[in-house]
Amino acid sequence: MTAAVTARSMPGPGRPLSLQAYQARLRRVLFWGALAACVWVLLPLYLLLVNAWSSPDAVNAFPKRPWPEADAGSLRFLLGFQGVLGALWHSLAVAAMTMVGSVAIGAPAGYALARFEFAGKGAFRLLIMLTRAFPLPLLALPLTVRFLQLGIDDTLFGLALLHTMLALPFAVLVTYSLFSGVPVELEEAAWVFGCNRLQAFRHVVAPLALPGLTAAAVFAFVISWNEVFAAAVLMIEHRTLPAFLLQSLDTSPMPLKFAGGALLVLPAAVFMFLIRRHLFAMWGIASR
Amino acid sequence: MPVRLLPFLLIAPAVLFSLVLFVYPLLLVAQSAFTAGDGSATLEHFATMFGHWKFGATLGNTLLLAALVVPLQLVLALALAQMLTQLQRSRDTLLYLWTIPLGISDLAAGIIWLGIFEQTGFLNSLLVGLGLRAQPASFLGYDDTLTTLVAIVLAEIWRSTPIVLVILASGIGMIPREYREAAEVFGAGPWRKFFHVTLPLLRPSLQTALILRTILALEVFAVVVALSGTKFPVLMGEIYHWQFTLQDGGVASAMALLLLAISIGVTLVYLRVLRVPAGVRA
Repeated sequence: MTAAVTARSMPGPGRPLSLQAYQARLRRVLFWGALAACVWVLLPLYLLLVNAWSSPDAVNAFPKRPWPEADAGSLRFLLGFQGVLGALWHSLAVAAMTMVGSVAIGAPAGYALARFEFAGKGAFRLLIMLTRAFPLPLLALPLTVRFLQLGIDDTLFGLALLHTMLALPFAVLVTYSLFSGVPVELEEAAWVFGCNRLQAFRHVVAPLALPGLTAAAVFAFVISWNEVFAAAVLMIEHRTLPAFLLQSLDTSPMPLKFAGGALLVLPAAVFMFLIRRHLFAMWGIASR
Repeated sequence: MPVRLLPFLLIAPAVLFSLVLFVYPLLLVAQSAFTAGDGSATLEHFATMFGHWKFGATLGNTLLLAALVVPLQLVLALALAQMLTQLQRSRDTLLYLWTIPLGISDLAAGIIWLGIFEQTGFLNSLLVGLGLRAQPASFLGYDDTLTTLVAIVLAEIWRSTPIVLVILASGIGMIPREYREAAEVFGAGPWRKFFHVTLPLLRPSLQTALILRTILALEVFAVVVALSGTKFPVLMGEIYHWQFTLQDGGVASAMALLLLAISIGVTLVYLRVLRVPAGVRA
């Protein structure tokens, strides 16, 4: 391509730019744009850290210092607060149950979608897409009554059931993309060497899929860990951390909110960062 | 066991689970919205809902938030995704950095931005520190509707743009480079390339991102509660209020059905407007 063609095609402020000048300007715009985006994402997180890693006095002071005091006072205050340790435990237990449940139920379905053509496959995919398109936490409303009748109201198990439903569509989609990525030839080779389907799955597919399965599990954990509406509606005595924080928002002092927010953010952000690759793969598949 | 039955066996647990915990409760919500205390069919819950003094503001606020957040974050995510395609180096690093808020809950996002906008927060510290104001301003108080709205919109955009970015970036990645190069050869500038090549080919991804984000934007809840308490009512917050504080499951269910209806309506509109012709899926 000649410089003349390029120059004519590039917009400039009144006069055509040379290719070099255009590229230099593009680089500048890209650099400052990327930098601004990084600040936009990271600054609020940094400010949360400043608040959470300072003493309650510093959090309530004005004007605020723009760097953390490096004082665990707010965090100690949070952990010593009535009900917080219990809420933390409830959150962990529910998230762990959700993790196991959604992978145990979702992975076989994901495998079926990846490996088989069967009647009703389209309908099943539609069901999964539908569940994703609904405000699922709303299902907590009727379940309060049903759970009461079943004797699992206000239990960690009951909430984990609903959270598993929230995480299930994602577990199916992640494992679908995951098993699609394991060449079917490997499985067929195992059959040739005398493995039955289950053995081939255990010895060939499972080891290859394990990192991705872990990612699906972690994703389910984060969904449950972050969920607040259903947890707040269903739980009374056994509130999870988000439900506890939500319901004490109007009464709790600022240091408690910020330390609680940080406690909520940290595991979720770290976990999501660790499984980012699988997440991108999942959305690649989900948008097709 | 015949192999023919295997896939059905594999999806059976997921189907059963969805029937019991998705389809069944959905029917229960509908039933409870149309059933009076004595078990007879009624529309009184809807009448109560529509007649409540807060209802207009609740519905208006919810729609306004979605109408502000979704277009803004779509433009932002498109700009970021477009920047990523132009970069030669550090693409992955930047994508990872920009998608950090993916794992952050709406409640935590609300608390983070509360730390910025509260009366003794960072924004006021900055304004007073720079001498722009003598006294800290009130941003989230009872009369500060506009600044409260701005804070909620910013927190929502901050938290939920990464998911749009991920969907659009992977969509742009699937568009063959040759299309853009061909447009270049025929003299198309960057804007023309973007509007006439990238954007039309990105339609499936745009559809996914818009449906997902609009539905989630209509469900906005904890961000609003964290930043404004109950003075900026939204649908999800009022449903919670009817169910939990007022112990009126009928009205809560009626409002839930309204939210579902809006969500389905929005999805259908997107599916129609951003229709992807068969066989053109990029």
